[in-house]
Amino acid sequence: MKEKPSNPDDFSSNTAVSVTNITRTFGDFVAVDNISLSVKKGEIFGFLGPNGAGKSTTIKMLCGLLMPSGGTGFVGGYDIVKQSEEIKRTIGYMSQKFSLYDDLTVEENIDFFSGIYGVPDRKKTGRKEWVLGMTELGNRKTNLTGTLPGGIKQRLALGCAILHEPPIIFLDEPTSGVDPISRRNFWNLIYEMSKSGTTTFVTTHYMDEAEYCDRLALIYRGRIIAHGTPGELKEDYMKRDVLEIEVYKVIEAMDILRMHDIETAIFGSSLHATLEDGDKAIPVIKRVLGEARIEVGKIEKIVPSLEDVFVTLIETS
Amino acid sequence: MKLMRIKAIVKKESIQILRDPLSLAMAFLMPVMLLFIFGYAITMDVDNLSTVVYDRDKSSMSREFIAEFRESRYFTIVGYAEKQADIDRYIDSGTARVAISIPEDFSKSMKTGRNAEIQVAVDGSDSNTATIALGYISAISELYSQRIKKNPVASFNSPHSGREGEAGVPAKRVVALHEEGATQAPLIAAPIVTSRVRVWYNPELKSRNFIVPGLIAVIMAIIAALLTSLTIAREWERGTMEQLISTPVKPPELIIGKLFTYFVIGLIDVLMSTLIGIYLFDVPLKGSPLLLMMLSGLFLFGGLSLGILISVATKSQLIASQVSIIASYLPALLLSGFMFSISNMPAPLQIVTYIIPARYFVTMLKAIYLKGSALNLLVFETVLLSIFGFLVFMTANRKFKKRIE
Repeated sequence: MKEKPSNPDDFSSNTAVSVTNITRTFGDFVAVDNISLSVKKGEIFGFLGPNGAGKSTTIKMLCGLLMPSGGTGFVGGYDIVKQSEEIKRTIGYMSQKFSLYDDLTVEENIDFFSGIYGVPDRKKTGRKEWVLGMTELGNRKTNLTGTLPGGIKQRLALGCAILHEPPIIFLDEPTSGVDPISRRNFWNLIYEMSKSGTTTFVTTHYMDEAEYCDRLALIYRGRIIAHGTPGELKEDYMKRDVLEIEVYKVIEAMDILRMHDIETAIFGSSLHATLEDGDKAIPVIKRVLGEARIEVGKIEKIVPSLEDVFVTLIETS
Repeated sequence: MKLMRIKAIVKKESIQILRDPLSLAMAFLMPVMLLFIFGYAITMDVDNLSTVVYDRDKSSMSREFIAEFRESRYFTIVGYAEKQADIDRYIDSGTARVAISIPEDFSKSMKTGRNAEIQVAVDGSDSNTATIALGYISAISELYSQRIKKNPVASFNSPHSGREGEAGVPAKRVVALHEEGATQAPLIAAPIVTSRVRVWYNPELKSRNFIVPGLIAVIMAIIAALLTSLTIAREWERGTMEQLISTPVKPPELIIGKLFTYFVIGLIDVLMSTLIGIYLFDVPLKGSPLLLMMLSGLFLFGGLSLGILISVATKSQLIASQVSIIASYLPALLLSGFMFSISNMPAPLQIVTYIIPARYFVTMLKAIYLKGSALNLLVFETVLLSIFGFLVFMTANRKFKKRIE
């Protein structure tokens, strides 16, 4: 009883997700304000923004879980207002909260979602083995899910959400509260699925993760303030130069530069200074720090990170 | 609707219940405990009334008369008074609740065929017990005097020939005088009209025989609503519902899956309660056990659906459990006809009872247990319970939205 997509042009074309002017209000609060975006098939689309910016609200509207207050949208060619149940057959969704059953074992959770998603019997065993493989839980399948470490839980949740091999998956903050190595592994998984043609829509507030995405949209206070590939964002929105300064006494050096009105922040063991003209500033910085008897190592102009971009964008918006 | 999805939900729910000691206790221990507590606590029978006797006649005849009381299971003689003031003391202190005072001329009057008057004082602070006690006393006195009239000689030889067979005959001719919380009633022996009472369906008039079937109905009403009231709310609270509603599962599949699991538990509970009723409380089951289970199933369907509806509407375990207890327990206890006869209620309240499913279930269980009724006598109840179950089930399905509000 599959209904035909109501927007066949979009579906047959290269677009997996497209929304136009969607808005969602909760009382007086505007959580999502007139957002438009589109995601191509097979793309990893990153939806970036601080907590409370409207990421989860948007993803829930796309999954047919939340009714938009206004605007239109299509996911897999289905209308997010009128065909939410068709959308649910097309997508895999992993919510921000851990949503598997803690009191069920790994295997029982897999079997349950396998049944709920209607995975055909001939595929069931294969899919279960696949999830057990990707989570490396083959020898722990009778463990209660609640006893697993956070990173593995997240992988299992992802595995369960894509048991039915959906063409489009929505991941809401899949790596929040997960250790860096697990995050890395998680992104490798997303890459693999993307290679096999799966469209991934992922929200995150980790700036470093944004670099893994094919395309990005930055959302702030319910509005999209920038979008494009990571490279485009850096080029288009980051007009100022960033200098990386190697010093031993980072804190003293930062204080001195700030006294000279140079925007400076600590990045690991070095400093990042954001200025209009980096080349001109290098001798000035060397002189100022030299006068303070602070030994300076290498100073060089670097490509700004997305975090630099995002901070600048928020300050100017 | 896919059987595969319903199966997955049934399996998941069963595992969760079996793995959670609290759920298990609520599913299987709570009904048994309620049955024990209520089964032993609620009794309308009056047994072993503490009695003080003031025998002023002190004849063999008066002793024989007292023996009639002692031999019955309704009275336990706790003391003998030597003077009138002793009776006051016994009743005031609560040592005795009944005082029987036999006049000096008791045996003389009986032998000469005159009416003998005994005096009875009953503690009226518990009016229900007092009324029943007066009934027993009047019945024992009547039997005794009848026996004396028919066969005055035999009564001397075999004082125990007449047992207290017909119990619970109402105190027809007792004029109650209230005096400091006590009822004084002169009793006139030797009635002119004798009624031969035969009690149908519950010949021993044991209150437990009609309390236990009604009690099973009330307990199942609570358990059914309470069990399911938590299931949907729990998934909302734990965040698992957000995942579920993002899947293609349909509301009826989810609701049927959850209902089925608790339906099986409910039937096991009915079976346990019935067995406890038969073997522990000695309540005979006259009707068909199969019919009992079938109609219980019908009632459970409505009760469990009500719990689901409450769970869907409240989305909070705490609120859901409280609402379900109020919505099931209070009407089942007060308006089902279990405690208070519906025909004695004011007319508007009687109309209200028609929307209370426990009303039909109480009637059904009493009829099957005591009368051994077959289905053809319970058509009205069956039809109304079916309508109730169907409506609540449909409402729960309609109310369950696969969206976050």
